Amino acid sequence: MGKYIVKRILIAIPVLIGITIIDYAIMCMAGSPLEMLQGPRVSEAAVEAKRIALGLDKPFYIQYFVWLSQLLHGNMGYSMKSYQPVSEMIGSHLGPTLLLMGVSLIVSLFMAIPAGIYSAIKQYSKGDYAVVTLSFLGSSIPGFFLSLLLIYIFTVKLGWLPSSGMTTLGTQGGFADVAKHMVMPVIVLAVSIAGRNIRYIRSAMLEILQQDYLRTARAKGIGNFKVINKHALRNALVPIVTVIGMEIPVMFGGAVIVEQVFSWPGLGLMTMSAITSRDFPVIMGVCLLSAVVVLIANLITDILYALVDPTIQLN
Amino acid sequence: MRKKINQQKLIKDIANESYFQTVLRRFCHHHLAVVSLMILILLGGAALLAPVIAPYSPDEIVGPFSGAPSKEFWLGTDQIGRDVFSRILYAMRISLLVGIMATLISTVVGVVLGLIAGYFGGIADMAIMRFTDMVMSFPYILLVLVAAAIFKPGLWNIILILGFVDWPGIARLVRGNVLNLRETNFVKGNIVAGMPLRHILFSEILPNTVAPILVYATSVLALSMLDEAALSFLGQGVQPPTASLGNMLNGAQSLTVLTKQPWLWIPPGLLIIVLVMAINFIGDALRDALDPNSNR
Repeated sequence: MGKYIVKRILIAIPVLIGITIIDYAIMCMAGSPLEMLQGPRVSEAAVEAKRIALGLDKPFYIQYFVWLSQLLHGNMGYSMKSYQPVSEMIGSHLGPTLLLMGVSLIVSLFMAIPAGIYSAIKQYSKGDYAVVTLSFLGSSIPGFFLSLLLIYIFTVKLGWLPSSGMTTLGTQGGFADVAKHMVMPVIVLAVSIAGRNIRYIRSAMLEILQQDYLRTARAKGIGNFKVINKHALRNALVPIVTVIGMEIPVMFGGAVIVEQVFSWPGLGLMTMSAITSRDFPVIMGVCLLSAVVVLIANLITDILYALVDPTIQLN
Repeated sequence: MRKKINQQKLIKDIANESYFQTVLRRFCHHHLAVVSLMILILLGGAALLAPVIAPYSPDEIVGPFSGAPSKEFWLGTDQIGRDVFSRILYAMRISLLVGIMATLISTVVGVVLGLIAGYFGGIADMAIMRFTDMVMSFPYILLVLVAAAIFKPGLWNIILILGFVDWPGIARLVRGNVLNLRETNFVKGNIVAGMPLRHILFSEILPNTVAPILVYATSVLALSMLDEAALSFLGQGVQPPTASLGNMLNGAQSLTVLTKQPWLWIPPGLLIIVLVMAINFIGDALRDALDPNSNR
């Protein structure tokens, strides 16, 4: 097991380095952040001084190595706009995003697992068709449109839920207030995650239901409930683990849009504003962080996979 | 008695039918997909014939500002007095164009890279698959957003960006299939017989992996249409005055439009859902219909 983990980490390292190179190359093609400084009141000499101060006069690969060596010393650079350290900015925005993603993932699993199992057990019934159709709807509805619909219904028409931010302005916040602000973004993210995965869980469950060991369990006469929950569900864990692993990168992306619509003060909102103002160090920091998170998620998925399914060969 | 004869005839028909007929029969089993196909043909036709059908020019100011739906303007007019119904027809054109072109590009790139990686193996395989891992490790929307911000948002840039971001799934799929096919006897036979590489790759291996590619491509089509909508909604995709289903929803970020003028944002949103759902259902039916192990 230990050998397997080490091997997986060794494979992930070149991928990670490749990601930083691609990332940096794209950023440099983006054009200079100095464009933002230019204006009638900024002199040529001031722009030139700024260029040298930011190290933009050096060739591309040197700039990359400077950035990389800084990174290894724990310094992710400073925002070109607010002059805050990037790591600090990420740190202060990471919490809300993780909260949103975590709760959405849990809610979506509570929707998708029972629905997927139900529709597998009752294959070809009316309920099954309803679940499958709903899952298609969930994966086909654009997140931003669902957000707008929810805001229209629950904020504009009914006035039940706040439509932006994480806490009510001018108050301390508190658990109930944050929860209230979270309802709509969580619904949007959870619906799209569940929509994508119900059919996946359903077909995995269908496969399991046809296995010999389930027929044996049934033949022992221990009752349908126990057969499903003890014998089938435990084996369905494998595909469910895969689902969670696959969802992490997608969720990072989905969060960008949802956070933008609901002004949720997380990484997505920060990234969008960094993208529009071409704040290179911040964009690089976020891309790097998300790539690391995705690689770690993949790694954990593979390890969990090996743990829940003893038949998987580790080489 | 008569029923029995009919049934016998049916069985005989199934035994004699061609591959295409089998696929068609299985596809028609999936009623939702048949309905979806009809809807898609109808909407696609309407989009294609937009210049004929649209009552007004999509970019011209023809009515009052933000007029509610009326007999004259079926879906009302937007903030500067353009006809929403005409704009939706043209927007559908753009959104379908973006989806189809992006899917074509990513399918071609994915198939070529997958074939190379799967067939030649070794260093080529290593390099291509590591590159695939890199592209897949980026949070998808983030990558597209960054690229769109860099290459200046616009119709063709969006198509190219989506096309060059969507291919890793297809590349992996093709590689896996090629690895399996390479071990089959008919491919080995071809190698032994000294057939040229071109023949083996494109006449033996590729036709046997077309079905899963087709199924995957429908999901790429659905995804890239959703992504175009999201990008345009964020203002980083298709730029006005060109209408796309996503950028028509962009206006709904303002509170007046959201609360007082629902005809401006609900119809394009619903249309995205209908189009994407129809494509997904068709993909689902194709998956069943093209599955060689299915015994229906």
